[in-house]
Amino acid sequence: MTTEEILDQLPYGKPFLFVDELLHVNENGAKGTYTYAKDLAFYMGHFKNHPVTPAVILTETMAQIGLVCLGIYLLKGIGTDQNISIAMTSNAVDFLKPVAPGEQVTVTSEKVYFRFNKLSCKVKMENAAGEVVCKGNISGMLIPKENG
Amino acid sequence: MNREEIIETLKTIIEPYSEDAAALADIDENTDFIKDLKINSANLVDIVLDVEEKFNIEIDNDSMAKMLTVKATTEIIAQKLEEHAGQ
Repeated sequence: MTTEEILDQLPYGKPFLFVDELLHVNENGAKGTYTYAKDLAFYMGHFKNHPVTPAVILTETMAQIGLVCLGIYLLKGIGTDQNISIAMTSNAVDFLKPVAPGEQVTVTSEKVYFRFNKLSCKVKMENAAGEVVCKGNISGMLIPKENG
Repeated sequence: MNREEIIETLKTIIEPYSEDAAALADIDENTDFIKDLKINSANLVDIVLDVEEKFNIEIDNDSMAKMLTVKATTEIIAQKLEEHAGQ
């Protein structure tokens, strides 16, 4: 399965797609990038006159690249071609540095386990300078739908 | 390990995953993880992974699908422990 095929399978659309490029994916993890465009709507209010990327958006970006892209790859790997229902079920993330509008980030995930449709990963996000901006553990359920 | 011991160990595994203190206090063989203890499917996976570690057994997909009550789970654990002992 190619990285383009995985991106095509992502169930997100604008303004809630936070994956630009999937650099590589294998059964142990995924790596990809996203650039936060300066005109994203949430910068108007987070914060007033002082735009910073919200932590919840950083978490979502880590989940979309690190967990969902990897999960799609893993489910295809076990031979299903159905659509997939996705839900984040837990996360524990430390935020070390702010991410400004216009910054590009790189997300790298490492699979901890994928059992009984639950995927758990160690995920980190780095900025263009290679500094870790946030890291933690994220888990979610990825359930193939019967009538894709 | 007899059934009572398995259930006691199982209780300690389940406890962190349910917010319902009253239901936890009343756990018996007929307790249903989802209906009685309000445990979701993601936490059910964690319970099964903890069971594997605590009892040193491996749970396959078919067994996992049956592990919805204390009774069914205890039976599967007992059966796996017996298979282990026979090896």
